[in-house]
Amino acid sequence: MGATKKIIIEPVTRVEGHGKVSILLDENGQVTRARLHIVEFRGFERFIQGRPYWEVPVTVQRLCGICPVSHHLAAAKAMDVIVGADKLTPTAEKMRRLMHYGQTYQSHALHFFHLVSPDLLFGFDADPAIRNIIGVIKKYPELAVQGVMMRKFGQEVIRLTAGKKIHGTGAIPGGINKNLSIPERDFLLKDMDQQIEWSRGALKIAMDYTVEHLEDLSDFGAFDSSHLSLIREDGAMDLYDGGIRMIDSEGNKIIDHFDYQNYSDIIAEEVKDWSYMKFPFIKDMGTENGWYRVGPLSRVNTADFIDTPEAEIARQEFKALTGGKPNNLTMAYHWARMIEVLHAAEKMKELLLDDDLQGEDLVVKGERRSEGVGLIEAPRGTLFHHYKVNEDDQVTMCNLIVSTTSNNVPMNLAVEKVAKKYLSGTEITEGLLNRVEVAIRAYDPCLSCATHALGKMPLTVSVVDHNGQIVDKRST
Amino acid sequence: MSEKIKFTIDGVEIEATAGQTIMQAADEAGIYIPRLCAHKDLLPFGSCRVCTVMVNDRPQAACTQPVSPGMNVESETEELRQIRVNLVEMLFVEGNHYCPFCEKSGNCELQALGYRLGMLAPKYPYMFNKHDIDASHPDIYIDHNRCILCARCIRSSKELDGKNVFQFVGRGIHKRVAFNSDTDLAATDVSVTDKAIENCPVGAILKKRTAYAVPIGKRKYDSQPIGSDIEALRAEVK
Repeated sequence: MGATKKIIIEPVTRVEGHGKVSILLDENGQVTRARLHIVEFRGFERFIQGRPYWEVPVTVQRLCGICPVSHHLAAAKAMDVIVGADKLTPTAEKMRRLMHYGQTYQSHALHFFHLVSPDLLFGFDADPAIRNIIGVIKKYPELAVQGVMMRKFGQEVIRLTAGKKIHGTGAIPGGINKNLSIPERDFLLKDMDQQIEWSRGALKIAMDYTVEHLEDLSDFGAFDSSHLSLIREDGAMDLYDGGIRMIDSEGNKIIDHFDYQNYSDIIAEEVKDWSYMKFPFIKDMGTENGWYRVGPLSRVNTADFIDTPEAEIARQEFKALTGGKPNNLTMAYHWARMIEVLHAAEKMKELLLDDDLQGEDLVVKGERRSEGVGLIEAPRGTLFHHYKVNEDDQVTMCNLIVSTTSNNVPMNLAVEKVAKKYLSGTEITEGLLNRVEVAIRAYDPCLSCATHALGKMPLTVSVVDHNGQIVDKRST
Repeated sequence: MSEKIKFTIDGVEIEATAGQTIMQAADEAGIYIPRLCAHKDLLPFGSCRVCTVMVNDRPQAACTQPVSPGMNVESETEELRQIRVNLVEMLFVEGNHYCPFCEKSGNCELQALGYRLGMLAPKYPYMFNKHDIDASHPDIYIDHNRCILCARCIRSSKELDGKNVFQFVGRGIHKRVAFNSDTDLAATDVSVTDKAIENCPVGAILKKRTAYAVPIGKRKYDSQPIGSDIEALRAEVK
């Protein structure tokens, strides 16, 4: 057996949470394997057992501090099923939608401006001392402020719908615990047009970047894949509710308008010994072929149209690039994400002008059930919450398939493709290793805590021989 | 007519009725003395000691100590605040109080007292004791993780509800609230309308399916600290 070298990137920076990458090189310096390892373990599915069901939407959102609203709402939707609330009141559903668009908006803005823009604005090889949010603030102060203000606006929307900017209590089984008062509405409306304007600008940056770098990006961690998302009954993009649609890399519908209460009939999860993250797949297609991508790229790919005017024009431009076929470029996630930012902004304005938000009818109940599934399109992709509840109102089973889990195989593929293309048979530099992280960042993975680093990338590269001995180690 | 007597709390002269406790007299005068086990509708109990005050330089429980003419009571001192914080902190570490998702948050007397007393970072190690949950009753849910053994449920059931649903069993760290049944709470004669349920100061005894109905910002202690209702009387007394 020839000598083998192993490069470890740990932690992966400018992502939400903590992960590491291992890259194996053979004796000729060729990459033989590259993997993204998720090294966190949270255990929510287990310790939620025994707790009363109404507590769950508030508890499980603490999986995350970036998009807790996704878990809050997915759990609340599952609990709607438990309490027999088959149709929420208009006020409850629209308040929840507003909460969700506010969250999508702030999460996407955070990712694009704080985590990704340094790569796009300064280049993958730029000095890491500059290639960070502080560098952006220094060179592009207006853009940096926009990013902060867009995130702030989204957080204010969450505060006024959920009660708090992070980890609120707004959604309760069967509805919502507050409406939006006129002063609250006006507080948000006064900044709404400015937010839409900034969203247009962010979209333009992402679109121009993709188009200008299309040749490089076409071979940057790109690969054909299926795409999965929720879809509204009429085929429109819907981030809050719908049926499951999956298309193949050519755009053929493999699954369409599937009732997610029965998701376990079509989706299973595989466990591997090198990651705490599970690997979901479509049962009929098996673990080899049944994986799929989720998130902004998939949603723009699966949607027949977007029901807000400016985002729909942006979607058509996006689709025109690939002649109407799905776009399979990993780096096109950024463009798709900014289309969603504009969509979320347009939707928020539409909702703020809707009198139903001032309604007084907040909660409905029906016949109690013992099992419920709630799905939502979280900023990072389709999120599954599944619960069983006993007669004493205690949770007996909880299964969560979080968005990043669905992107597990795709992220690993992207990592391997980038590593093989850029790291094989050459001297490994920080800029080349950053490309691996750039590919991961495109998916905006949420590794479930807030340990992303700021400033110089705390990257340690270890060269390990086939006996596991470190033969060389350096920090960049 | 009951005899009127005078004494001072933190230098303020108070007129009280003979037979009243220091806490009762202070409440009427609009002076809040922190408490947990004490409740206006229940007999004095003297268990939690959070209401400890200095009476003529000796520590006493304000909820059980009767007033006497000319007594000098100190309550709002840094030394007593620190003692009270320590007592409250010990209750926090002995149970499993996860305020961030507890449905009693914002309406919880223990949490509100922590805020009022300026309890910041914990200084005692958490014990992570294992406690049970009893969800057997169709309308009531008991989480022993959050019980502070104030006995309000026990006393309310006897004194106000005319029942005997709850009782302490065990000693020391093993002490806990038990039910007057061979099996579980569902087998007792407790009712969701009992004062025993309403008077729990923490999230240990809860009405089912009412959680988070009140939005953040409108909960009992969201906008003003615990004791503000008593202190509001002070302006009227003056």
